[in-house]
Amino acid sequence: MQECPSRVTSLSGLEIDQVYSTDVLKGWAADTDLGNPGAFPYTRGLYSAMYRRRLWTMRQFAGFGTANDTNRRMKYLLKHGQTGLSVAFDMPTLMGLDADDSLARGEVGRCGVTISSLSDMESLFENIPLDKITTSMTINGPAAIIFAMYLAVAERRGIPFERLGGTLQNDILKEYIAQKEWLFAPEPHIRLITNTIAYCAQHVWKWHPVSISGYHIREAGSTAVQELAFTLYNGLTYVDATVNAGLAVDAFAPQLSFFFNVHNDFFEEIAKFRAARRLWAREIERRYHPKDPRSLQLRCHAQTAGCSLTAQQPMNNVVRVSLQALAAVLSGTQSLHTNSLDETLALPTEGAVKLALRTQQIIANESHVINTVDPLGGSYYIESLTNRMEAGAREYFKKIDDIGGMVKAIERGFPQREIFEASHRYQQEVEQNERSIVGVNAFVDDVPCSVPTLKIHPEVELEQVTRLSELRKSRDAVRVADTLRKLHKAAITSENLMPYLIDAVKSYATLGEICGRLKEVFGTYSEPIVL
Amino acid sequence: MTVATLPLRVLLGKVGLDGHDRGIKLVVRALRDAGMEIIYCGLHQTPEEVVATAIQEDVQVIGLSLLSGAHHYLLPRVLALLKEQGADDIAVIAGGIIPDEDIPMLKNAGIRMIFQPGTPMSEIVDSVKGLKE
Repeated sequence: MQECPSRVTSLSGLEIDQVYSTDVLKGWAADTDLGNPGAFPYTRGLYSAMYRRRLWTMRQFAGFGTANDTNRRMKYLLKHGQTGLSVAFDMPTLMGLDADDSLARGEVGRCGVTISSLSDMESLFENIPLDKITTSMTINGPAAIIFAMYLAVAERRGIPFERLGGTLQNDILKEYIAQKEWLFAPEPHIRLITNTIAYCAQHVWKWHPVSISGYHIREAGSTAVQELAFTLYNGLTYVDATVNAGLAVDAFAPQLSFFFNVHNDFFEEIAKFRAARRLWAREIERRYHPKDPRSLQLRCHAQTAGCSLTAQQPMNNVVRVSLQALAAVLSGTQSLHTNSLDETLALPTEGAVKLALRTQQIIANESHVINTVDPLGGSYYIESLTNRMEAGAREYFKKIDDIGGMVKAIERGFPQREIFEASHRYQQEVEQNERSIVGVNAFVDDVPCSVPTLKIHPEVELEQVTRLSELRKSRDAVRVADTLRKLHKAAITSENLMPYLIDAVKSYATLGEICGRLKEVFGTYSEPIVL
Repeated sequence: MTVATLPLRVLLGKVGLDGHDRGIKLVVRALRDAGMEIIYCGLHQTPEEVVATAIQEDVQVIGLSLLSGAHHYLLPRVLALLKEQGADDIAVIAGGIIPDEDIPMLKNAGIRMIFQPGTPMSEIVDSVKGLKE
């Protein structure tokens, strides 16, 4: 018989008891700590009927090759029952570089779609009804420019901005912390973020101008508590910056959204989402006293954990994704991306992404877990974990406050160091077989199991570079120079840059040209190295 | 007879635009703990910058991490630049998201070792030590 271990910990290292009962909830009150679904503090979910009334949005992150390649993939996903779009951009686009930049060599269309100008954006959304489907765009450094392109596409099609729904990731703080794609220093980036928030508050009411993201923080190796703490602190930093820019909290907070990772520890993940909603509602209430209850609501997207997938025995990933997706649904997420089994090898094939989508459809249509709202609410274990998540996040809040806020903390490498230590600890545990990963350090076999992977053809780069060179020849060069000059002038002032960016993209100024102009004003940034 | 041996000098970093540095930073720590001298060049390095640093720092090994799918261009480019500068005695190794089918091409181009996701750190340490022989 296997011996009972004396110390059992969660994936994030929290010590877990053999059994939980009433005594663990001393001081906890169902009316104030749990509440009802759809009511403060939203622990049980944002809406009273949740998935009984409306399912979560099934939104698979997709993008590779040229705009036409990705347009075809998005239509394929819609045909198979996906209910929202989510665009993945390639590395040059994410870094604000044109496809013909020397730094883009070898990277065009490799890990997302290549977008250098409005012309590419027009192709990307060709025959996709922007007024009927919501689109999420994972872009951060150059988010305002890509958003300007999206708005310009809608304008050309005669779709009023107030009918556009979707999400711009536009979260730069977690870039410095984890994903490492920035163009400038934090301050000008935060200005661009407040510009997009203010512009949306006025003109694009249904849009989420920021998706405050823990996903990448977790992928970089953080614990669940760190993911929760740093993400919510980043969110509060954006709210502060926007309020300081002169907006009332109720004018924009209902449009903010969040994005979390769903990792392997089933109950810990569910507790994290519940704690996130409660902590956000409490902090926004305490700090800003909003009148609109929607300002208190943490609405979120979830994605299964890419870093939990294994290249060994890749079919096992289907099972991991199913469990993580179930946790996301039991957490009350508003939308969900399920990873494909082959994503630790390459971008997903059509077959793999369809299976990932089917996983969500099976949970929604066959498992009956959607029958009742927050079925785990009131569980001693879940409620105590939720309390520990909130308490752990508050401890980090205190530490970051003491440093003087998130921007200072990032400059000192604080969140980066905390995450690196957690990732190192986890790796040590795997190396010493204290954590088992099936197919990697447990139940290893030598049976080869290769899955087909998606190939990006090298012609993509040449095709895009040619297209861009034709664009540069055919556009009105005088108009381009004029819009870029006006943008440069506005960037020196404190004006909202969105109208200038929209004009610039409509003149077919390229992404790289616009970012280049902004760099002349804003400069660039090097990170503190944390080892 | 025993010969005092100097520790292996290794340049580690990220080439290209990809910012995923979780893996490479763990490798930095593992090789350093194994007694090697590590020069970490950080993120967003061009092949030219990698080669210049490697020559300047007089390293014996360059270890590059790529998770962006750009390995097919960037890794051969680093090898070509090393050759151009007469520094092709430096061993180049790589890790990250590199699918099986790309490995023969990269090995033919001169990449000495490729570590795919899930490789135990001890295997990386032992393999790099082995490069010295």
